[in-house]
Amino acid sequence: MSDAHASHDGGNHGSVKSYVIGLILSLVLTIIPFWMVMSGGFSNMAIVVTISIMAILQVLVQLIMFMHLDFKTEEGWNAGSFIFTALILVILVGGSLWIMQNLHANMMLGG
Amino acid sequence: MTTQTVNQHDAHAHDEHEHHDAGAMKVFGFWVYLMSDLVIFGSLFATYAVLMNGTAGGPSGADIFELPLILVSTFLLLFSSFTYGMAVLAMHADRVAQVKGWLGITFLLGAGFIGLEIYEFHHLIAEGFGPDRSAFLSSFFTLVGTHGLHVTFGLIWMLVMIVQLYTKGLNDKTRPRIMCLSLFWHFLDIVWICVFTFVYLMGVL
Amino acid sequence: MFGKLGLDDIPYHEPIIVVTAIVMALGGLAIIGVLTYFKKWKWLWTEWLTSIDHKKLGIMYFLVALVMLLRGFADAIMMRTQQALAAGGAEGYLPPEHYDQIFTAHGVIMIFFVAMPMVIGLMNLVVPLQIGARDVAFPFMNNLSFWLFVAGVVLTMISLLIGEYGKTGWLAYAPLSGIQYSPGVGVDYWIWGLQISGIGTTLTGINFFVTILKMRTKGMTLFRMPIFTWTSLCANILIIASFPILTATIALLTLDRYLGMHFFTNDMGGNMMMYVNLIWAWGHPEVYILILPAFGVFSEVIATFAKKRLFGYNTMVWATACITVLSFVVWLHHFFTMGAGANVNAFFGIATMIIAIPTGVKIFNWLFTMYRGRLEFTSPVLWTLGFIITFTIGGMTGVMLAVPGANFVLHNSLFVIAHFHNVIIGGVVFGMLAGLTYWFPKAFGFTLDEKWGKRSFWCWITGFYLAFMPLYILSFYGAVRRMQSYANADWQPLMIVAWFGAVLILCGIACTVIQFIVSIRDREKNADITGDPWDARTLEWSTSSPAPFYNFAHLPNVGSVDAFWEAKKEKGMAADKPTQYEDIHMPKNTVAGPIIGLISIAFGFALVWHIWWLAGVSAIGMFVAFMFRVFNDDIDYYVPAAEVERIEREHHKRLEMQA
Repeated sequence: MSDAHASHDGGNHGSVKSYVIGLILSLVLTIIPFWMVMSGGFSNMAIVVTISIMAILQVLVQLIMFMHLDFKTEEGWNAGSFIFTALILVILVGGSLWIMQNLHANMMLGG
Repeated sequence: MTTQTVNQHDAHAHDEHEHHDAGAMKVFGFWVYLMSDLVIFGSLFATYAVLMNGTAGGPSGADIFELPLILVSTFLLLFSSFTYGMAVLAMHADRVAQVKGWLGITFLLGAGFIGLEIYEFHHLIAEGFGPDRSAFLSSFFTLVGTHGLHVTFGLIWMLVMIVQLYTKGLNDKTRPRIMCLSLFWHFLDIVWICVFTFVYLMGVL
Repeated sequence: MFGKLGLDDIPYHEPIIVVTAIVMALGGLAIIGVLTYFKKWKWLWTEWLTSIDHKKLGIMYFLVALVMLLRGFADAIMMRTQQALAAGGAEGYLPPEHYDQIFTAHGVIMIFFVAMPMVIGLMNLVVPLQIGARDVAFPFMNNLSFWLFVAGVVLTMISLLIGEYGKTGWLAYAPLSGIQYSPGVGVDYWIWGLQISGIGTTLTGINFFVTILKMRTKGMTLFRMPIFTWTSLCANILIIASFPILTATIALLTLDRYLGMHFFTNDMGGNMMMYVNLIWAWGHPEVYILILPAFGVFSEVIATFAKKRLFGYNTMVWATACITVLSFVVWLHHFFTMGAGANVNAFFGIATMIIAIPTGVKIFNWLFTMYRGRLEFTSPVLWTLGFIITFTIGGMTGVMLAVPGANFVLHNSLFVIAHFHNVIIGGVVFGMLAGLTYWFPKAFGFTLDEKWGKRSFWCWITGFYLAFMPLYILSFYGAVRRMQSYANADWQPLMIVAWFGAVLILCGIACTVIQFIVSIRDREKNADITGDPWDARTLEWSTSSPAPFYNFAHLPNVGSVDAFWEAKKEKGMAADKPTQYEDIHMPKNTVAGPIIGLISIAFGFALVWHIWWLAGVSAIGMFVAFMFRVFNDDIDYYVPAAEVERIEREHHKRLEMQA
């Protein structure tokens, strides 16, 4: 037995159009980085900056167009908890890199 | 205090609303779980970043990463995200048969992704570049492998959902589960974006 | 067939372990005997083990924690005795390979299997009642979390009887915990005990986060929640954000040990300092997970017994939120001496000192709440006053440790031991014992005996100071932690004083045991008829004691902080007598929860001993049990309105007879 009305799942649903746009955007944001690296015609710095930005953009495409993340659903707690977790990740990954590089420089361990 | 007659209908109308809320609460709870999963991957990324230069005389990323293969894998996962989106749209339109179909296609794409990953890992291990060769390889295999394990669990979950669609159809228990799996599947695509960018693409530079 | 397991892994030639085994066996047989004699097996299974009622789960968590307190404290008194004896060349009675297991197990048990379950037990019992809800967001998952925790406890206790425990200290630093330097099963017991119960904890974090955000009753905005619920919310945020780091780190150690990987090995590119870094990135938030709910207990206790609204509600909330965020940027202070440069050390040292500020705000708020209140010196208040003094001293020694230069002298000395026991005993233990006394009547329907409660407090607080102040002094003489013996016989007198302190704490624990016995004996005399024995302020006290299984017949409507107090002021103590009742939607018990939890014991044991077929079978078993749950549609029911009415009328009748 199915419910005969649009389910109130707590979020907007998107449409075929929005998913297609999301897919195309993701494909573009994937192909460009791969092409830049595989063609070899760019400086390392240019590649690193560009593909990082494209990765962040593609993550946003996934979040917003596929996962329908917004500030309204669940009174903003979805978005809020994501931002908080992202902050924790910046601290954890960034902090670990800072600490470990500092240790490496000071400890003169081999390798 | 006024007396009101409370009859069964009122109680169960209230209850239907409660069921929708319960479904939304499950989806929200799953989102929170995904945040914890994100921290697991964050720890693995941090470990990879710290240990990626620990090659111990063995190969580095540039030596072993095959970008064409990874591009194909990425497309498989990307398209599977799209096909899952189609499954969810079919669910909102109450088209059970289409939901099963789109889930099936998503499963095949996901299985293809895992197949390619197994191929890549097997190839590396056969060449003596397994996870026990160096810290770099340990962290590479673990980060990518953990993602692959998650995808595999997602595939099993997908099969279970297809079975439940056959046995129960779309109801207020199966709908939230399909939504939760949707979040899981897209989340894994997000992690993969970080993997192919920061591990594979930057690894060959 | 049995992996690495053999008959000589059972330590039948170790007298202490054999005696322990006999005591445990006798205790177990006694319990089985009582259950069988009174024909209570079915009752145990249906009323408790398969229950999804948050109140019952909370009680079970706390009960297991109290039992594990006995085990953890036995470890403590063994260590104190060893250190009182083994001076100036004497060897004491515990050789290093046993002493090392004891201090490792002591730390793991006290943090993971005593403090955490006490905190989680109180949150379980209290939070849904405080927010006017009928249960948590995910009752099945709540039950599963409990059983995964029990699995961790059982695996750790099994290590006493079969094999050994780790000898690495409670955090199992690499490379000592790697396969090369710890080839035995001890570290594996550590790994699987913590990994399995850790998953339970993470699920609890998710459960309560969603519960507090989504299931508050009408009118209860976030800033009308009781402070204990606020501190629980923040503790659960910490759990969700930090426990995955522990899960990942233990997994990496597991991969090193089981599959020969090189995350934390000495060679092949591994970096054991990354282990220390990651484990403390979890470890520091962990101690705030423990202390924040304790702070919440004190806020409730002070306001109730001073008969005064908590001073500075808003600043309490913001201070708690600040502590929550700041707890993620201080973790390096646990390894100042590992070799980072001055800039890094300075950043984390300053951040650590900053975190003392919101804590200080809270202390002042408690003091200002007491000022011009009419403080009643019940045992929860004694615990609170003891906390304020003791925790403040411990916090100050923490600020001393936060100075990197000082830390280079104090790291790994007895100063660190004294500091963290100062804050954990003064903060967490005192808070949990205060919470136990305060909410006991809500759980069981009668109050605990006050006389024995006060005796317990005085034993604990004098015992604490006698046991730990000498350690501060000894640290200045150069004494380090984890010493099985020491050369300098001048240290022995203070070690003996410390031993007396431990004995006093043992008396405190004994007083609590006696308190339980006396209270159960006197339960009719101390019955809590009204449900509000302390004339308190928050919603949990508006229910009967114990609360009915559905908590509230009608979900309350809240208009302010201290909603129950305001309601009492408006209407007086006369209980509301509504004239109509509704069917109540409740979840059914679960068999899958305990079964998955119990199978996970076999799973962990199999992995410890490399019994791969058993590991595989257990994994499949857990999956199958979970599938049964997933395909089961018969998981909830409606309590008929007539039944609700009957229960409520009984409670009102008792209230009338009392009045």
